[in-house]
Amino acid sequence: MGIKKEDIEYLGNLARIGLTDEEKERFAKELEKIIYYVSQLSEVSTEKIPPVWHVLPVTNVFREDGVEKSSCSEEILSGAPDESDGFFKVPRII
Amino acid sequence: MDILKLTAWQLKELLAKKEISCVEAVKLLLAAIEKKDKSLHSYLYLNPGVIEDAKKVDKKIASGGRLGYLEGVPVAVKDNICIKNMPATCASRMLENFYPPYDATVIEKLKQSGALIIGKTNMDEFAFGSSTESSAFGPTRNPFDEMRVPGGSSGGSASAAGANLCFGALGSDTGGSIRQPAAFCGVVGLKPTYGRVSRYGLIAFASSLDQIGPITKDVRDACMLMNVISGRDEKDSTSVEIKIPDYTDFLKDDIKGLRVGIPEEYFASGIEEPVKNRVMEAIRLIEKQGAEVKRISLPHTKYGIAVYYILATAEASSNLARFDGVKYGFRTGNYKNLREMYMNTRGEGFGAEAKRRIILGTYVLSSGYYDAYYIKAQKVRALIRKDFTEAFKEADVIITPTAPELPFKLGEKKEDPIKMYLSDIFTANVNLAGLPAMSIPAGFVSSLPAGLQIIAPHFREEKIIETAYTIEQSLKGGISG
Repeated sequence: MGIKKEDIEYLGNLARIGLTDEEKERFAKELEKIIYYVSQLSEVSTEKIPPVWHVLPVTNVFREDGVEKSSCSEEILSGAPDESDGFFKVPRII
Repeated sequence: MDILKLTAWQLKELLAKKEISCVEAVKLLLAAIEKKDKSLHSYLYLNPGVIEDAKKVDKKIASGGRLGYLEGVPVAVKDNICIKNMPATCASRMLENFYPPYDATVIEKLKQSGALIIGKTNMDEFAFGSSTESSAFGPTRNPFDEMRVPGGSSGGSASAAGANLCFGALGSDTGGSIRQPAAFCGVVGLKPTYGRVSRYGLIAFASSLDQIGPITKDVRDACMLMNVISGRDEKDSTSVEIKIPDYTDFLKDDIKGLRVGIPEEYFASGIEEPVKNRVMEAIRLIEKQGAEVKRISLPHTKYGIAVYYILATAEASSNLARFDGVKYGFRTGNYKNLREMYMNTRGEGFGAEAKRRIILGTYVLSSGYYDAYYIKAQKVRALIRKDFTEAFKEADVIITPTAPELPFKLGEKKEDPIKMYLSDIFTANVNLAGLPAMSIPAGFVSSLPAGLQIIAPHFREEKIIETAYTIEQSLKGGISG
């Protein structure tokens, strides 16, 4: 199966990663090889084998819904590239 | 006496007996880092407050105060583990200026034990790699040969421990990222059972596989760090409430009757012969001491890397969606609208391997391919786990080489992703099955360290420790050549 430059562009859009032309060409070649390598799994018979969702038999964890102190908004916003009046600031959306 | 060559437990004893002050030890360490780390590059950041912290320890010791379990022991921390008021870059431009506003649970526990944080260590970007060459801030080098890689992704922590530039370190292991660099740098590295150690504050790579663990100079130090960092944490719902033993209780040089499984698939073609020989020599040593060595089979071994790279990249593509230029880290200056801001922030902020993995993960999760790749991989994962379950019916522990090779040269695999991915061939299956495993030194081949891996059933770290300690003590006699 061939992976084309356009496929990489499509995936880049899905993942919101801007890629240069050079990167698209390189990743197309590399991804094709990697996909070919991982396709060897098709030779394993997995009929009636349920997929693993968790390696250990764990169940949901519940706790009381209590009020606790957590980080204040100032601390959380301190790493933001842009903020205003206690909010994250993003470019105009609509 | 060379203080820097001491293990953490030896340093702890000297400090308590007041034979050396904590400030002296820290100053020696900083001087050694200043001298050696320019070329090794195991650290990305040094804690500017560490001498002040050391002074407090000395005061406490002088006044006869109650000392913590690791009081005054300087520890290095991989740069994907959050420490309040220190950078956590994941060796990525994306997080170059990120200062987390909280401590990871393991850091809270380390601080409570009295350990000092010496600094943050280099790694592959977002832990994507097996050589530490994908760090955005330049590679780390192997302390035994600076032309070679220290392994990865916890290459900085392993290199610092191997070069005596710390008294113990924390790393993280998703497909071998603690064990393989430990093997390459001649130190001990333990990946605990999935759920044994809280992942809260570990910047996520693949959440179903990630575990934090110790990288140390000897097996006793690994036990001591495990005693501190293990345990259920309310903030990590996958951490498990199972009693934690005192791991040092299992430092016994006695393995009579221990059933040791040797999986044929891990000694087949593709492994460098001298590495295999070192591991076999160590196995013969414990056989002489009464271990019952038996050949076993883990028939789905060869599919591990394919399963791993589907699942790990799928999870990574999802986990790394959070780096969007809004909440923290890098934002491009080059955009006209929101969409461009996302595209360019992520295009400029991530390095090549991060992009490659996000693209691959997006592919295996995308409509039309999800069943063929992601679900298929989760099913084969079930078979890999079953292989181990069956094997542990006849073996208490399994011994394998940690890596199929000796430390390789910088640049040797960098341009060939599959070749690099195959470095994890003996370690990744352990993560897929959620098992604990430790790499310990198995001697040297032409002055380069070889590593041996001990795997145990879930939450049976103590079996690993008994085996590892026995091998470590036997090898002190010296069989390296």
